[in-house]
Parts: sequence; structure tokens; C-alpha cells
Amino acid sequence: MRFQLTSDQLALRAAMRELLARRFGGAVLRAAVDDPRLDRALWRELGAAGFFALRVPEADGGVGLGLPEAVLVFEEAGRVLLPGPLVATHLAAGTVPGAASGEAVVADVDGGGLVEWLDAADVVRGDAAGAVALTSVDPLTPVHRVPGARARAVDPVAVLLTAAEQLGTATRACELAVQHARTREQFGQPIGAFQAVKHLCAQMLVRAETARAAVYAAAVTADPVDIAAARLLADEAAERGARDCLQVHGGMGFTWECEVHLHLKRAWVRSRRGGGGAESEELLAVDLLA
Amino acid sequence: MDLAYTPEEEEFRARLREWLAKALPALPPKPSPRDWPGRRAYDLGWQRMLYDAGYAHVHWDASPTTRLIFLEETETAGAPYVGAGFVGLLHAGPTIAAEGTPGQRERWLPPILRGEEVWCQGFSEPDAGSDLAALRTRARRDGDDYVVTGSKIWTSHAEVADWCELLVRTDPAAPKHRGITWLAMPMSAPGVEVRPLRTLAGSTEFAEVFLDEVRVPVANRVGAENDGWRVTMVTLSFERGTAFVGEVVACRRVLRSVAAAARDDGRWDDAVLRRRLGRLNAEFRALWRLTQWNVSEAEASGGGVPGVGGSVFKLRYSHARQELYDVAADVLGAGSLDLEQPWVLDRLSSLSYTIAAGTSQIQRNIVAERVLGLPKGR
Repeated sequence: MRFQLTSDQLALRAAMRELLARRFGGAVLRAAVDDPRLDRALWRELGAAGFFALRVPEADGGVGLGLPEAVLVFEEAGRVLLPGPLVATHLAAGTVPGAASGEAVVADVDGGGLVEWLDAADVVRGDAAGAVALTSVDPLTPVHRVPGARARAVDPVAVLLTAAEQLGTATRACELAVQHARTREQFGQPIGAFQAVKHLCAQMLVRAETARAAVYAAAVTADPVDIAAARLLADEAAERGARDCLQVHGGMGFTWECEVHLHLKRAWVRSRRGGGGAESEELLAVDLLA
Repeated sequence: MDLAYTPEEEEFRARLREWLAKALPALPPKPSPRDWPGRRAYDLGWQRMLYDAGYAHVHWDASPTTRLIFLEETETAGAPYVGAGFVGLLHAGPTIAAEGTPGQRERWLPPILRGEEVWCQGFSEPDAGSDLAALRTRARRDGDDYVVTGSKIWTSHAEVADWCELLVRTDPAAPKHRGITWLAMPMSAPGVEVRPLRTLAGSTEFAEVFLDEVRVPVANRVGAENDGWRVTMVTLSFERGTAFVGEVVACRRVLRSVAAAARDDGRWDDAVLRRRLGRLNAEFRALWRLTQWNVSEAEASGGGVPGVGGSVFKLRYSHARQELYDVAADVLGAGSLDLEQPWVLDRLSSLSYTIAAGTSQIQRNIVAERVLGLPKGR
């Protein structure tokens, strides 16, 4: 048993982090919030880097890697709040022409009747007839709802990749909070010296690291029960992590300028995918009687 | 990243499983929790069986993964827990192995392995609480002896212990983390008085120990004089690193029984309860994965002293364990008020998990300062 990242996996993660820092840094994120259109050039660049074709077999022109590698790159995407129907397009690679290379943008009507990025999509999978646009809480994720859409089974791989994005947010929120707590001074010392602030940060790390173990293990086993567990842990780590990060930032955290709210809102959007976590809880409950 | 075990590890697991299937039926009946001499004999007898079968020192010199398999299999099979051997096998033994002289290792380690001597831990003091370094039990040098006076508290197994891993202050003028020394004290020495404490679960798991001019040979000192804090950190990292592996397996088994009980009495139709059980399943699965992650990390780094990851684990685990028994109480309903029902005593004892071995509040400080690099403060 060697339940640690291999050197190849570490290199893949570093390369993805480098690409995203170069192409989707803080300034680009802010500009995207003011003008939330899908960046086609970036989409193609992701395609060229193998983001969508990562799990397509080499014989079919893909990268030929597996779920653990996919989880690592989606975690990086989650860290920087990369917008777009990343999961839907990744899942369509190999079946929808152009998806693997990033030429096509693919949206998906998910199991809960939710569609992200419907208007930007070249291809829509599922029946989006009668879709109604919502005023999305997340400025970087346009959302439609399909009224009366019958709930259907959710693809476990989609659930896992979403959990990986949530893990990225959980980790990033902890980093942002710690950074702020080390530099922001009140009462003559960094606020990170106060136990109340320390404990918020420690709990953020504990939740993120527990979620990480669950997400990585589910990527290795690809077991639906493991994936359900990973989802619940990752949703919790992301939502509560972003909320605690906002709290550590104080009044500034409640402003539009501070990017923390973007993490919280994206975490909310992701945790609603597939109808929310209830199905995962039921699956895990039934597993106890097996 | 992989979760597969090597052929050698799988072979170890298969052999152990086969031995457990034969060994466990040969165990004598379990003594009552209040029968301390009986419990000592039972726990040491089990250790002797492990010794004869070649498994006694698995905690000390096996690879972290092998140790994980050992704890997983013994717990799954329902084997006895280390019990009275806990401090010797998991704290004092590894500390003496790492810091002791060859003579000290030869004197103390074999009896621990063979299940002949019981150790207890004399770290905590009445006024110190989580501030372990605030200890006041003092020792002055007199010829070849230290003369020790003071008192200890929360000393598990003190009633039946042969030895105590004892922290004493040898230099009252030094800063509080210096001037501390780690001694092996015989519990039979004149001047040692043990007064059992009753826990809120009604049992006497631990005691107060009063020390009045107790003579401990200088030869019983592990590590240098006044260097005891560093030695203690070695001990505590063992305590936080490996102590809970078997318990996670046990919690997962209890959770399944709770779910089965809910199904049998109709409570399963309650969606709120069912989903809470589902969440707890996610929680304990994740804790098991975190255990595997930490063990793999220890293995990759040479398998030495466990790292700070233990604090992350302990924080999450100790709260999850309490939540588990709270849900069990909801399934029991009015039965949760009956001490004769299953899980009720476990619910009471789970209350100690967020306190013992460093409170959750202290663990959060450790995580914040040593892992996240936040400044020390008040």
C-alpha cells in the first residue's frame, strides 16, 4: 500500500497549477467576474494540455490516465475557481466530437435538473427543453433549471470530480484564511495569535485533510460508496471552509472586493449538483445494512 | 497512489487471521470491568499468547503498514485490546527503545513483550491540566538516587502497575520546559500511594498517585537529566500517532450494529435518522482512509516517529466517536438511560476522548501553530 502521490502525479499537479496560475490568476478572475463569458481560448488551451482528454485511452488520441490523475487536475481547477462546464465537457471527451480538444463546450442536464453554462454550450446532453434561467448566486456560473425534470441516477464520476473541485476550494480557503491571519494585526498582534482565530483555521485544515483522504481513496477504488462518502466530506469542507475563511477576513470578507465570497458561492453551486447530497447519504446508509 | 497491499503483507494478514481463529476460542472468559487483578491477568495472558505466536513486538519493529494490518485484523476478529499493557507497549516501550541505554532496554523491554510487567503513565498533575510542562513533582539528587515528592493524577492502570513512566522537575530554576527528567519508577517503592478515582462511567480506570520521598535510582533515568521534555515529546507522538487505528475499525463495526438495530425496531423509516447514519458512515470511512494516508506517509518517511498528522486525526476522530454514540442513544430511545444496555457505557467513556491525550482545544493550537504556522499567542 502506497497511498501517497507518485512523482508523476506530483509533476502533473504542478504543471496544472503552473498553467492555471499563468492563464487564470487573480486579475483574470476579477475581470471574469465583471464580464462572465466563457473564455474559448482558455478552453482550447485546457484541451491542448489534456484536461478534457485525460482519461481517454491513448489509442483513441487521449492521455490515457485514470481517475486519480483526473481528481488532481480538478482539485487545481477548484482552487482557482476556474469557470465553465468542466465536469460535463471532461465526461463528454471521447464521445462528443471536439470535447476532448477543447473545441466544443458541453453542458449537461444533471440528475437534479440543473444545467450550468447552457447558453455557452455547443452541445447539451440531456433534455433541456423549457429550461429557465436563474439569477445565479455565483457570478461566474450561469445556471438554468429544467422544471419537471425527473430525477435520474447521477454519474458517480461526475460526483467525484465535483468533490475534487470542492477539495480545491477547501484547501484554498484555508490558505487564504491563514495568510490573512498571519498578516492582519489587531490589538497590537497578528489576529492569528488569538486562539479563537487559530481554532477556526485548524478546523478548516482538519476538514480539508479528512476530505482529501476520502476523495483520493475514492479515485483509487472508484467505488460508488467511497465516492458518496467523498462527496459529503468534500461538500462540508468546501462550504464550511469558505464560510470560516470569510469570518477570519472580518468585515472585509463581507465585501465584493474580497474574493472569498466567490469561493463560498461556487461551493454552494457545486454542492447542489445532482440534486444535493441526500442521495449520497441514503446510499451510505443502505451500505451499513449490506 | 494505491491501496493494494504487497503479497508479503497479504500473507502476514492471512497467517494472522488463521492464528486468531484458533487462538481466540482458547481465551478464558472476560473478567468484570471492576475486577482489576482479573483484568490485569487477562490482558497479560493475551499479550503472552501474542508473544508465543511471534506477534508481541509488532508495535515496535514492524513496518507501519504491517502494524495497521495487525490492528485491523485483531479488532475485526474481536481480539482483546492491549488493555493494561497499553502504556508499556505503546508509550514507555517505544520511548525506552528509542532513548534508553542498552542495559535499560534489556531490563524493561522483554517483560513488556512477554506480558509480565504493567506500566502506567505519571505525566499529568492536579494543577497542570493540559499544560504538561507545568508539573511540580520534584526530584532532588541524593547519592545514586533521586528523591521524589509530589503527586500525579489521571494515572491509568496505577492500581495494578509495576512501573511508572514518571516526569519530575529536577531543576526548579530552569524555564518550565527545561529542568524536567523522565524516570522509570517502581510502583512498589516505599512512599508511593495509589488512590483510585471513580470516573463518570462508574469505574476506576485511573487513579491519583501520591509520592512522598520516593527513592528512584539514577540508573532509572531515560535520557539526560533535565532533557525529559524532549523525551516526553517522543512518547506523546507515539500516543497520538497509532493509538486509534483499531478503534476506527471498532467504530465502523458499532455503526453497523446501530444501523441493524434501527432496521429491526422500525426506526429505519425515519429519513433524518437514516441520513445521520449515512453521514457517520462517510465520516468513519474517511477516517479509515486518513489512517491509511498517515501510515503510508510514515512508511514513505522511513517509518520513524509519527508526525503532527496524528493531531489532525485525533481532532476529527474524538468528535466523530461521540457523535456515533449520540446516534446510538437516539436509536435506543429510552433504553439509552439504562446502563445495562449496549453502547451506554461506551457513550459515557467516549466523553473522555476530546480531553485525554491533549484536549481538542490544545490539539487545535498544535495544528494551527505547527502545521499552519500561525504565531504563538494567548
